[in-house]
Amino acid sequence: MQVTMTVNGAEVTRDVEPRLLLVHFVRDHLGLTGTHWGCDTSNCGACVLWMDGEPVKSCTVLAAMAAGRSVRTVEDLARDGELDPVQQGFMQCHGLQCGFCTPGMLMTARHLLDRDPDPSEATIREAISGQLCRCTGYQNIVAAVRWAAEHPHGAAEVDDEAVTQSAPAAPGEGRSETEVSA
Amino acid sequence: MQTPAPFEYERAGSVDDALALLERHGPEARLIAGGHSLLPMMKLRLARPEVLIDINDLDDLAYIRLDGDAIAIGAMTRHAELLDSPLLAEHHLVFREAERVIADPVVRNRGTIGGSLCQADPSEDLSAVVAALGAELVVRSRTGARTVPARAFHTGPYETVVGDAEILTEVRVPVRPGAGSAYEKVERRAGDWAIAAAGTFVTLDGDTVADVGIGLTAVGAPHFCAPEAEDALRGGPATEDRLAEAARIAAEHTDPSGDQRGPAEYKRHLARELTLRALRRSVARARGEGV
Repeated sequence: MQVTMTVNGAEVTRDVEPRLLLVHFVRDHLGLTGTHWGCDTSNCGACVLWMDGEPVKSCTVLAAMAAGRSVRTVEDLARDGELDPVQQGFMQCHGLQCGFCTPGMLMTARHLLDRDPDPSEATIREAISGQLCRCTGYQNIVAAVRWAAEHPHGAAEVDDEAVTQSAPAAPGEGRSETEVSA
Repeated sequence: MQTPAPFEYERAGSVDDALALLERHGPEARLIAGGHSLLPMMKLRLARPEVLIDINDLDDLAYIRLDGDAIAIGAMTRHAELLDSPLLAEHHLVFREAERVIADPVVRNRGTIGGSLCQADPSEDLSAVVAALGAELVVRSRTGARTVPARAFHTGPYETVVGDAEILTEVRVPVRPGAGSAYEKVERRAGDWAIAAAGTFVTLDGDTVADVGIGLTAVGAPHFCAPEAEDALRGGPATEDRLAEAARIAAEHTDPSGDQRGPAEYKRHLARELTLRALRRSVARARGEGV
């Protein structure tokens, strides 16, 4: 069957089997491999992307069910070569080690911050409670989301802080000593 | 890779359309709403429908509104909407407390109340909630609609009274002025099915229990409820001793199965303790205590 949907702002049409899952559609048919394919049982959350503006586990949605809808994947987070503040937060706070859960975590975090720009630690933990990370113990992921909440415009602010604090960070390094130790 | 067996996909644009598709494709067709129970079962080949009828376009079945002396909830209302509903929280806090521990936030964006009830998993949370509250379920066919009490909806594990060419369209929860309600669940980890859970409501006349509803899930309670315990508590004072006795009776009528979530005796213990805790909080809330 033919499905047409909007993916990261562009309309795409493909011929697919009705049983094709959305995660495999974006990865194998569109080549958007940023979305990861994990447990296959809607437990791990590695495959989280947005459908019509809401995070969903794409291993448990058929590509056919996404037809006519709008999908946003992790590839759409960065704009004009500039990483989204949540992506910067994961860099600043070491919010990943192996990186497998990261795309799903980023998509959930971005959605949370769009709705609640200043979430508490408990709110962040609740938001990511359907997503598994086996590396970080979650602490650094929570810190990364908090970092993004505190820097809604991302690294530009860090640069500013570095300048105003005359921190010894190299120009363009994108982080200050105070941020690293925080 | 887990892949469902091949099937034909149809998308319904209205309830009438869905009913026509069900009739055309016969008993091997299945409705799919959120799909977070059905698709995993299809991947494991525990379910092999020949036709899937997608009802996610039926936005007219997504609502929570006051309708006379009931709160009407459309079958396509998502768990996330149930959790966030101020109307439900105002009347029946048991919904919010149950929703907070159903699956996880991302799954709750997709799963629906109609899908959850029709899936009829013996550990499903809302089945206990609607049984406790004495809700009624509206089931439509091509020839009309019928109303089924929540306590007569399930006919067994994964089985309901909904026929092959029928669709659950609405859940009607009675408004119970002054009611206090609560949900208590024990699960192994965030997002898991209950090891055991209890949902209750209580209305008081002075200090007398005017009415009470007790719902239980995952412990083999017939129709997810405990009528013997309700009868024992109704009409007498809301004392701790009587709440504890009602909880004991509720647990006595359960029939849990031992499995990887725990032995039967443990689950029966939980049924008793969680019923007591839920009743305590329901009574306190009916008294207007902020708990």
